[in-house]
Amino acid sequence: MRYLIRRLGFFVLTLWAALTINFLIPRLMPGSPATAILARFHGRLTPTALHAIEASLGINTNQGIASQYVQYIGNTVTLNFGDSVQSFQPVAKIVAQAIPWTLALVGITTIVAFILGTGIGAIAAWKRGGKLDSILPPVFVVGTGLPYFWVGMILIILFAEINPWLPVALGIDPGIDVAFNWPAISNMLQHAILPAGALLITSIGTWVLTMRNTMVTTLAEDYIRMARAKGLPNRRIMVDYAARNSILPNLTGFAMSLGFVVSGAVLVEDVFNYPGVGFMLVQAVQNEDFPLMQCLFLLITVAVLVAVLLADIATALLDPRTRTAR
Amino acid sequence: MATIDVSAGVDDAPAPVTSGKSRNNRPRSAGNLWRAIRSNGKATAGLIILGVFVVLAIIPQWIAPGDPGAEIYGRMEGPSGAHLLGTTAYGQDIMSEVIWGARPALLIAIIAGLFATLLSVLIGVTGAYLGGIADDLLNLLTDVFLVIPTLPLVIVIAAYASSHSLSVLIVVLVITGWSYGARQLRSQALSLRNRDFLQAAKVRGEKRSYIIVFELLPTMTSLIVANFLGAALYSILTAAGLEFLGLGNTASVDWGTMLYWAQNNEALQTGQYLWAAVPGLCIAALGTAFALLNNAFDEISNPALRPVRRIRVKRTHS
Repeated sequence: MRYLIRRLGFFVLTLWAALTINFLIPRLMPGSPATAILARFHGRLTPTALHAIEASLGINTNQGIASQYVQYIGNTVTLNFGDSVQSFQPVAKIVAQAIPWTLALVGITTIVAFILGTGIGAIAAWKRGGKLDSILPPVFVVGTGLPYFWVGMILIILFAEINPWLPVALGIDPGIDVAFNWPAISNMLQHAILPAGALLITSIGTWVLTMRNTMVTTLAEDYIRMARAKGLPNRRIMVDYAARNSILPNLTGFAMSLGFVVSGAVLVEDVFNYPGVGFMLVQAVQNEDFPLMQCLFLLITVAVLVAVLLADIATALLDPRTRTAR
Repeated sequence: MATIDVSAGVDDAPAPVTSGKSRNNRPRSAGNLWRAIRSNGKATAGLIILGVFVVLAIIPQWIAPGDPGAEIYGRMEGPSGAHLLGTTAYGQDIMSEVIWGARPALLIAIIAGLFATLLSVLIGVTGAYLGGIADDLLNLLTDVFLVIPTLPLVIVIAAYASSHSLSVLIVVLVITGWSYGARQLRSQALSLRNRDFLQAAKVRGEKRSYIIVFELLPTMTSLIVANFLGAALYSILTAAGLEFLGLGNTASVDWGTMLYWAQNNEALQTGQYLWAAVPGLCIAALGTAFALLNNAFDEISNPALRPVRRIRVKRTHS
């Protein structure tokens, strides 16, 4: 229980840090382009809307920095992120449209990569020195060195241009409405295959290598030797003894690497014009839509923090030591 | 397992003779490190790839003379004798751009990697050695930076930055790239903290800074090198990603920027595959070189991970 409370405390603290960073960046940048851009919006935005944006960026405001900060935290907690300077709609509403796309694509792909990678890593470690173990790890090391977006571009060249099997971009064909029926779902799945493939290729290597390396260490433990001496079947030693004890560090690694996966997802979504949060972030930056950009950055950070918290809870459930410690 | 004895990197090699003057552990570990790299297949492969790019980065003017960004050739030409990789939609020679791109890529990787590692050492090792509240605070700082997703943060910072020069890029990469290494170095330093040789130095009355720099750090060499390689890999990939999004200096000649222009000109949709494929392949190759070296250093610093040599037993078929 203490462990969970400490992790919860960390969650709150990191959340606060992210909020504060988001608050400070536009204020710390000298000669920020935000000032120049906002000048363009005079006359196009209602004075109140303009003033709200200026206040959120810390420009032309006669408030002290402390009261700006209090106001900012209050706005964030009540999910009041202001209006987009591009479409003049509330930012929260625009962002809500993008969330399901990313959750489905990145969420599912990450879980698949984790399960698949952990499995492959466990088998490679178990058959250490075998053919599988001499081929797979180097291949996956190479995989971790590839840029996410470039893998996406190569997949487009191979499977959408040279062989026009799959759609090049977007999350669904423009003529089809997003609905819960077969034509729409199959169309969305077709659009998801290539981006998911790009994410899988580039992220799976980390899981394979961490799992293999942890399991190799675990396999040298005395209790494995003991299990062998008892004459337990190999399968049981591998799954219940070695893999089970090796999965914890991989779970912690999962939490730590999530930031990298999300970073890759932003680029992959951009390559495929996939209508998710990452693509929207890049669009917001290119359109210089600062309110939208700040909201998306916070959203992505919170999502990662929640995932880390979930991994912590899973660790607490799986590892009795965290329940009794201190 | 946690001790990093660099000499463990070499199997049954005789200790190299060291000059009489030097204290015999340091030069020897450097020599052994080198030998360990050469005896590791992945490290050798990584070094060779890296070597090729280093040559390209040092003498591009001999290999591809002229201004690589000059828009002086025919547009969208396919590969030919004059233009091995064809030309871009702006009439630039792709081959020459690719060759000149090695310099900024390596520069970013090495400078950002070095500074990020320096920060990791400073924060991770110092915290671990000092212990107490300083360690708690530094560790918390590391954890916070570890979970905040880097690329979105980098994108936001770059969006607000008024210039997109190389130095701004490097500062951003260092700020976001140090935390992973600090975490690793801290845990190793923690396991070393109560070792006899450090206690001995303390009893001798050495200063804390002396102990950290001259006693603790040399024993951590291979992990620090591994961290540098990891930070360099992170910098290459993140810088390429930023440039690809158009948040780098779009007037410069480097691989990420080439991909940005290729994407902007719909190179994939108009059949100019080489324009998009080759710069990315270079990023991938350089990234792979660092990833291979990084992985090899993990194996060097942790002998348990090394592939076992299979002992062939001749079987007589009956």
